[in-house]
Amino acid sequence: MAAPKKGRSASAQGKPGRALALILIAIAALTGGMFASGHTTPRLGIDLAGGTSITLEAESGQESAINKTNMDTAVEIMERRVNGLGVSEAEVQTQGDKNIIVNIPKGTDSKQAREQVGTTAKLYFRPVLTTEVSGADAAASPSTSPSSSASPSASSSGAASDKDKEEKAESPSGSATPSSTATSQGRAVTDALKADPTPSDSASASSSASPSASASAGADDATAKLQAQYAKLDCTKPAQRAEAGKNVKAGDPTLACGQNSQQQWQKYILGPAAVAGTDVDEAQAVFDTQSAAGWKVTMKFTSGGAKKFADITGQLSANQPPQNQFAIVLDGDVVSDPSVSQSIAGGNAEISGSFTQEEAQGLANMLKYGALPLTFKEASVTTVSPALGGEQLQAGLIAGAIGLALVVLYLVVYYRGLSLIAIASLLISAVMTYVIMSLLGPAIGFALNLPAVCGAIVAIGITADSFIVYFERVRDEIREGRSLRPAVERAWPRARRTILVSDFVSFLAAAVLFVVTVGKVQGFAFTLGLTTVLDVVVVFFFTKPLLTLLARRKFFANGHSWSGLDPKRLGARPPLRRTRRPAVPVDPKEA
Amino acid sequence: MSKLGDLGARLHRGEVGYDFVGNRKLWYGVSILITVLAVVGLVVRGLNMGIEFQGGAVFTTEKTSVSVAQAEEYAEEAAGHDAIVQELGNGSLRIQISSVDTGKSDEIKEELAKDFKVDSETINAELVGPSWGDQIANKAWQGLGIFLVLVVIYLAIAFEWRMAVAAFVALIHDITITVGIYALVGFEVTPGTVIGLLTILGYSLYDTVVVFDSLKEQTKDITKQTRWTYRDVANRSINSTLVRSVNTTVVALLPVAGLLFIGGGVLGAGMLNDISLSLFVGLAAGAYSSIFIATPLVADLKEREPQMKALRKRVLAKRAQADQGDSAEEQTDEESYGDEPEDATPAVVGPRHQPASRNRGRGRPSGKRR
Repeated sequence: MAAPKKGRSASAQGKPGRALALILIAIAALTGGMFASGHTTPRLGIDLAGGTSITLEAESGQESAINKTNMDTAVEIMERRVNGLGVSEAEVQTQGDKNIIVNIPKGTDSKQAREQVGTTAKLYFRPVLTTEVSGADAAASPSTSPSSSASPSASSSGAASDKDKEEKAESPSGSATPSSTATSQGRAVTDALKADPTPSDSASASSSASPSASASAGADDATAKLQAQYAKLDCTKPAQRAEAGKNVKAGDPTLACGQNSQQQWQKYILGPAAVAGTDVDEAQAVFDTQSAAGWKVTMKFTSGGAKKFADITGQLSANQPPQNQFAIVLDGDVVSDPSVSQSIAGGNAEISGSFTQEEAQGLANMLKYGALPLTFKEASVTTVSPALGGEQLQAGLIAGAIGLALVVLYLVVYYRGLSLIAIASLLISAVMTYVIMSLLGPAIGFALNLPAVCGAIVAIGITADSFIVYFERVRDEIREGRSLRPAVERAWPRARRTILVSDFVSFLAAAVLFVVTVGKVQGFAFTLGLTTVLDVVVVFFFTKPLLTLLARRKFFANGHSWSGLDPKRLGARPPLRRTRRPAVPVDPKEA
Repeated sequence: MSKLGDLGARLHRGEVGYDFVGNRKLWYGVSILITVLAVVGLVVRGLNMGIEFQGGAVFTTEKTSVSVAQAEEYAEEAAGHDAIVQELGNGSLRIQISSVDTGKSDEIKEELAKDFKVDSETINAELVGPSWGDQIANKAWQGLGIFLVLVVIYLAIAFEWRMAVAAFVALIHDITITVGIYALVGFEVTPGTVIGLLTILGYSLYDTVVVFDSLKEQTKDITKQTRWTYRDVANRSINSTLVRSVNTTVVALLPVAGLLFIGGGVLGAGMLNDISLSLFVGLAAGAYSSIFIATPLVADLKEREPQMKALRKRVLAKRAQADQGDSAEEQTDEESYGDEPEDATPAVVGPRHQPASRNRGRGRPSGKRR
């Protein structure tokens, strides 16, 4: 017993300085790193900085498809989609097993971004069987051909999307095929196509016609049913719009709505999907510098998609309007319905029309990233104005300051001189928490949100608790008649165990919460876990060594009445002290 | 102050103390009563689940001159059904509309912005689909379950299964009480509440662990003496760590009180308030349960062990003897117990301090005996 004890006290004599130096160096290094990285404040979450946070949830009914790979793909697609809008610093992360969180900072058009990430789901190219302007104002301008058309083009593509990489390797051969016929030729066709006959005129005529041969998949009675529904469909009504084309399989004909370039709603009967969005390898919005025709969208298909696209365009081109059109259907909505005049082979096509830059980019994004492996719905959307965010941050900081002040006050009143050590330790803990949070922003995308601030404030208590456990131990030792230095050393192993056990329980709670829960709970759990770990670090490398050092000071060692360690005040029993004190530090009788 | 310090010392020496274990039946009764009340409240009144769990929209305006009644009218007009409007501490309004989907709420927001004559960007909106709340709640329950299992395993390893069971009971007790208070008072349950509730998990155990730690240490060699029963030692553990428990609880509650003050007083409502309210209730319950429930429960469980039963019998027999005036033997017993933990557990709060007057010359019996 005596030997290890001596060893302990001997090491404690040598160690405190080293431990203190170690932690100070660590803090200096971390702080230096923080300034070097240029991130001197923690990244703020949406609720503190303002912005929009969207939580998307993979819709039920596709459980088998909800796996990590698909979720990651979806995140990647959404990320590119959002960033494709020019939204900088937007972040997309998976959370839990079926949620994706999209955080869009303030100052960006969150609405547009929201539409992009939230509504974009499955993309198909379907042949148009019938179309007409829908709703009350249909008569106002019947001549509303969607002014876009597809044409072969040689426009080459840049980087391809990550999937279909194998196919991409083959597709370049596609671009060397007939489609490489000069772009100008393609454009001539395009321009010609722009003067399409109005679909709405022919629509009423062709509406009685059964689906064209090119896409005859539905049986006659099914078609009749579709026709009846079509007649009733009013696309200006959002409810009907949402119903149209809902839950239709890719292989079935469907109803759909879309807005044309005059912002009028147009309704469609569409044939079975001919090409899926996954067949699009690459799509880009390009400004047509040669003919000054404005913005257009070029797309490149995968080798499989190229063949399908060639087939469908071949069939469509033989038809009369509007059946020479195909619709690009995104989640039941027609986003574009270009007409075709010839088979487009070779895997490259362009859609031109009177696009604005925004429209062209939006369409290109949809084409490129349209095919999410899963469908999502918005589970929650939080919009916080910068003003409220700032207010909440301020409130959080004030609450923290009040909490800290109360704790410090209590410690000072109760522990007097000892409280200096506690306050210094709290300070060190606070500095480390701040620096690490700042560094974690760029490192792992940690963002300080309101629950995280709460976690940090609650952690003040946890951190102070470990000092109390230790101090009370030391006081107990003094009450038993030991002088301060041995008391500090003897109290440590017991206090250490208690602190470790209770901090472990705290950490366990934080870790379980972090892993299992979603949303705001996670931010809270993270801070709690971080501060618990820091608490252990600070107690081991700062509080204990500091107390060891200060125990050598007269102020504490002699039990000054303001030191908080006054034996008389603590009620150490004088007889014991008098008789035993000289013996205790060395404990000779134990040897 | 000095009085308090003195009390700490006397508690430490066991000169004063409350017989927590002896009066356990009373406190079990109190706890059972509270728990029953909580469960009844939960069943009868149910929890007032916030928008976040039902699905709907919460809009927060900036400081506005529009009155609550007016805002209610606007909101009901925009939404087509009932809306709850609260004025917050800083003059802004909080408008809750339940069961609207995220698409519809956008339109409501635009409309509200028009009615309030403000830019729609300045209206904060929280739109929650109904399944999201379910998910949060389910995950929270799942987290709770996993944590409980892990913590019981951990405590069973670090201490022993009886303590794990007692800690588990205390934890369930805390959570039931907190949830019950929410049901009875009708506080709104939000994700913030859930966060607070889950934090109690770790925190309520903190106190319990401190007491158990002391208990484990003091009962290490309990069978080698015949002066104290397990129950006596358990009681002394509570008393000697009482100052620590009170301090840790006070210090834990102070920052939470700061949060509550700011959250409730300044911001009116919201995350800060929700977290701190449930934390406050839970922490208080946690401090109570670790002292009044967990440790007495351990003592109860422990005294069912044949070993402890035998010890108790021996101790009671000794005491009966001691009552007849055989004080010498008592002293020997005391000494033999007092020194046993000493070599292994230097900081033990031994019973050797109990009879203060007799200790002269035997202050450090361990030293003598070695």
